[in-house]
Amino acid sequence: MFESRLVKEESSFIRTYIFPLGVALAFIALWGTLSALHLFPKSAFPSPMDVLVGFREEIVSGRLWNDLVASLFRVSMGFVLAVVLSVPLGLLLGHAASAREALLPAVNFFRSLSPLAWIPFAILWFGVGDLPVVFLIFMATFFSLVLAVMAAVANIPSVFFRVAADYGFRGWSLLWNVTLPAIMPQIITALRVTAGVAWLVVVAAEMIAGRDGLGFAIWDARNGLRTDLLVCGMIVIGIIGVLLDRLLVRLTHLPNVRWGYER
Amino acid sequence: MSDKPLSLINVSHAYGTSAVFEELSVEIERGEFVAVVGPSGCGKTTLLNLLSGFLRPTSGVINRQGTTRMVYQSDGLFPWLTVKENIALGLRHLRDEKARRAQMKDLLELIRLDGFAGHYPHQLSGGMRQRVELARALAGETDVLLMDEPFSSLDYQTRLRMRRMLVRVLTERPRTVVFVTHDIEEAAQLADRILVLSERPAHLIKELRVGVERPRDPTHPTVVSTVKTILDELGLREDARELSAVK
Repeated sequence: MFESRLVKEESSFIRTYIFPLGVALAFIALWGTLSALHLFPKSAFPSPMDVLVGFREEIVSGRLWNDLVASLFRVSMGFVLAVVLSVPLGLLLGHAASAREALLPAVNFFRSLSPLAWIPFAILWFGVGDLPVVFLIFMATFFSLVLAVMAAVANIPSVFFRVAADYGFRGWSLLWNVTLPAIMPQIITALRVTAGVAWLVVVAAEMIAGRDGLGFAIWDARNGLRTDLLVCGMIVIGIIGVLLDRLLVRLTHLPNVRWGYER
Repeated sequence: MSDKPLSLINVSHAYGTSAVFEELSVEIERGEFVAVVGPSGCGKTTLLNLLSGFLRPTSGVINRQGTTRMVYQSDGLFPWLTVKENIALGLRHLRDEKARRAQMKDLLELIRLDGFAGHYPHQLSGGMRQRVELARALAGETDVLLMDEPFSSLDYQTRLRMRRMLVRVLTERPRTVVFVTHDIEEAAQLADRILVLSERPAHLIKELRVGVERPRDPTHPTVVSTVKTILDELGLREDARELSAVK
């Protein structure tokens, strides 16, 4: 039995780490082969080695770090602002049918609007820099979060409120001890989805309304025809996106939200 | 005011124009175990909601003495709280931390889940979850337990075990119980008195007293004859005879 468990652990280690690493290496080999074949001009298809050198340049100059911090700062600001404001509004819409009827069409309208459509106004109103990007991230995530919270509240089984009343939960204690824990699993799922969207939007927004950040770095590399640096930016954006999701997945492992994912 | 823990006097209730009860009068004695059976949709759960005070009757008077607690069909436990935290909800009124801890220990032992205090409801079987529900409702000084088909989501064997457990728990902690069930055998096995309700608008078509001590076996002659009487009252034995004649 002990042996079989060892074998199991070994095979799960191989599956979680070795297989994906193999795929990554195969991908880099394919990339290297394609660039060696010179199907495209060298300036339009950098080799893995070029990108590695580019990385070194970006790290030594400190630019990569600055851009990364700038992008993460904007995403955090816009996203946290959206979460803080969307949860109360979603709770209100979930509980009050009249508020829902009045506001839901507007919320749906703004949610359907691509956040990129706001770029011109973002620049006109906030100029260039942190503010327009924060604004765009907010617009990209706020309305989806409101809808997610609203739906989660509306779906709370009524028996929870019956039990809550039986045991004397009212007002704030009801909100804190029953409503919020009851919607937490769905909120976490919504956070994962919208954090992904926020990370997509920051790149697009910084390309146009930024003076630094990973999106701007990509735009700048393109303007300077430095495709090696462009790929550096792409790799960092992809890795951060995955890490961001991994970070939020950790929330789903909290013991008091597990129930939401195991039924 | 009477000294009965629960009494209904000429209670009628309607949802809009659809009448659920007409002129229902019932008195429940202290420490009595009353089961309510009847066709589905006859308003058994509405009756409990009236008794708990969750609903107000359209007309008539309901007297309630002491505290009542409801045990729900299933999933009345908060899934984000552990077994211990769920039961602790029922002990919130106890100021003394020591008393609370002692009560908690007793309750966990009572429902034989001592080793599961830190488990979450989704990690337990259906029967275990209902035991936790029961412990939560028993916690503190509840006078009346209102039980809404508490074992209906369980399989037959688990249900039998839960009945035995309920009898044991009530021997140790006597309570007045109103137990709604669609399971006639369950009613006959557990109750001191069985109220048989008619189709909507429901009225009392039969009141049966079961004069045998608990625990009772489902095959006990009194239990079997009680089941027969109720089936007769609900017109279900007739159906069975017709069906076998067709075959």
